[in-house]
Amino acid sequence: MKRAVQYPTAEAQIGTRANKSAHATLWSLQARFAPYLFVAPFVILFCVFMLYPLGRSIVMSLYRTYGPRTSQFIGLSHYRFFLTDFLLWIAVANTILYTLAIVSLQVPLSLGLALLLNSPRVRLRNLFRFAFFAPYLVGNVFVAVIFMLLLAQRHGLIPRAMGLFNSDWLETSWLGDPVNARIAIILASLWLSVGWGMVFFLAALQGVDRELYEAAEVDGAGRWSRFWHVTLPGIKPVTTFLVVTGTIGAFQLFELPYILFMQHGSAAGPRWAGLTIVMYLYQQGFDAGDLGAACALGWFLVIMILAVALAQIRLFGAGREE
Amino acid sequence: MIRRTMTGIVLHGILLALAGVSLIPFAWLVCATCKGADDFFSYTFLPWDHLDRLTLDNYRQLFAQEPFAVWMVNSIFLASAYTAIVVTLSSLGGFALAKYRFPGRKPLMLVMLATMLVPSQVLLLPNYELMYKFGWLDSYAAILVPSAVSVFGMFLFRQAMLAVPDELLQAGRIDGCSEMRLWWEVALPVVRPMIGAYTLLSFMSAWNSFLWPQVILQDPAKYTLPIGLANMIGLPQYQSAYGILMAGTLLSILPVVLLFFVLQRDFVAGLASGAVKG
Repeated sequence: MKRAVQYPTAEAQIGTRANKSAHATLWSLQARFAPYLFVAPFVILFCVFMLYPLGRSIVMSLYRTYGPRTSQFIGLSHYRFFLTDFLLWIAVANTILYTLAIVSLQVPLSLGLALLLNSPRVRLRNLFRFAFFAPYLVGNVFVAVIFMLLLAQRHGLIPRAMGLFNSDWLETSWLGDPVNARIAIILASLWLSVGWGMVFFLAALQGVDRELYEAAEVDGAGRWSRFWHVTLPGIKPVTTFLVVTGTIGAFQLFELPYILFMQHGSAAGPRWAGLTIVMYLYQQGFDAGDLGAACALGWFLVIMILAVALAQIRLFGAGREE
Repeated sequence: MIRRTMTGIVLHGILLALAGVSLIPFAWLVCATCKGADDFFSYTFLPWDHLDRLTLDNYRQLFAQEPFAVWMVNSIFLASAYTAIVVTLSSLGGFALAKYRFPGRKPLMLVMLATMLVPSQVLLLPNYELMYKFGWLDSYAAILVPSAVSVFGMFLFRQAMLAVPDELLQAGRIDGCSEMRLWWEVALPVVRPMIGAYTLLSFMSAWNSFLWPQVILQDPAKYTLPIGLANMIGLPQYQSAYGILMAGTLLSILPVVLLFFVLQRDFVAGLASGAVKG
């Protein structure tokens, strides 16, 4: 203190230098820890709303629960029960049917549309692109409402249009018949998603190197062989992306059947046509109130999705991580 | 020459027919909302010979019988708030992954990839229980907080931000920019199309989100449009009130379509720049 009084100027200089270096340390700290700060929201939310619930889900699936308060330990009984449960296997079969039908139809249809639109002769390309993409803007729930009305017996647009060809078809029950109901779900899902895939394919097609086409043409490759050897490899990343995300999405099908069959008695549709795994999970958890059973069903879904997604990624050859 | 014109005509014919499949349901929807109940059952589209019978009654009844305006406000608030939060946090995360080399980056990205394979439904009940413990049932916090960051969004922004030149960031640092300002003033302007594309995608996913809000929200005054509309469908008085249901559906999809028109340019460019190389 005394010295400070004696040499005010020097002390002031030291002070600012110390200040400066403190400031510099702070500055380098913010630079060092910035990336951690930026990913912190993800890490925190991941731990609280994913990691913990995942563990909790395993524990819950070992209990029979009645609402959030009362529960009783029952070990693996839920899993044992579901393995031989008629309804679960219907739900699994439905889910696989929908996934196969939706993905195997959507991806080629999207690609076909994109190829048509990508032709240099097309006028008003942006207008057509909007026309095909518009249904995707509607979203699951509202597509379900629209299709429920479109398919309404005698009054809906689709029975009416079909009635023009054969008056019996006017009376077709779309949502009350197990086979037609399944077709309805697939149709609604395709109407929603084909344009979505098309936008991706269109962007990918425009990204394929022009020179590759020219080189192939010089080599005498025909239209088909150019498609097979240049176009398809060029759009493979997008195809993989659409197949994998489409499969995961279709495995989680719920809103569409839930709303489509709402006015036809049960949400599961005629003879369980709309019973998907997620629908069954929802019914067990919130209608029957057994949270544990619903958690066990969730794990069946996890195993199916993991198996299929990993198989697909391997099949399409991943390893393009960077 | 003639052959070329012919293929052109055929091509446009096919495209028009397909556009019809895609758009006619919308036209039918619009027509149906303007018809009275009798005309709905007797005319497929509009009652051309009695255009004076067109009416806005369906809309009037919709707003009179249900708190539809409240649901609309709720939906707009929730989807906008969600979009603002998720675009901010996901772009921050994507920036860190694209432009910093820090210990733990690789494992973090692996964890992120893994989370994309976990269906959210397996978390439905534990998270429901968690919300119960937090006292967040029937609150918007339960909808906004758990999904405030999107892994998909982080990957999209990372992909787009790889294109931000390191020299630009370095120059910013020498000029005394904090890392946060580098994100805001250097990185974000470069990926503007991706912001547009991702804004549209996240707004849509919030707007259409159903299962989680359906489980969380109990008070009809807090419903969003999908929840409100789904509940209307379940009520006996709407069993054949098609006109009202369709008016509700049409009003529910309009905001997203409007947003698409605003962001269309960015949306296509954003997808081309990021996701395609994904």
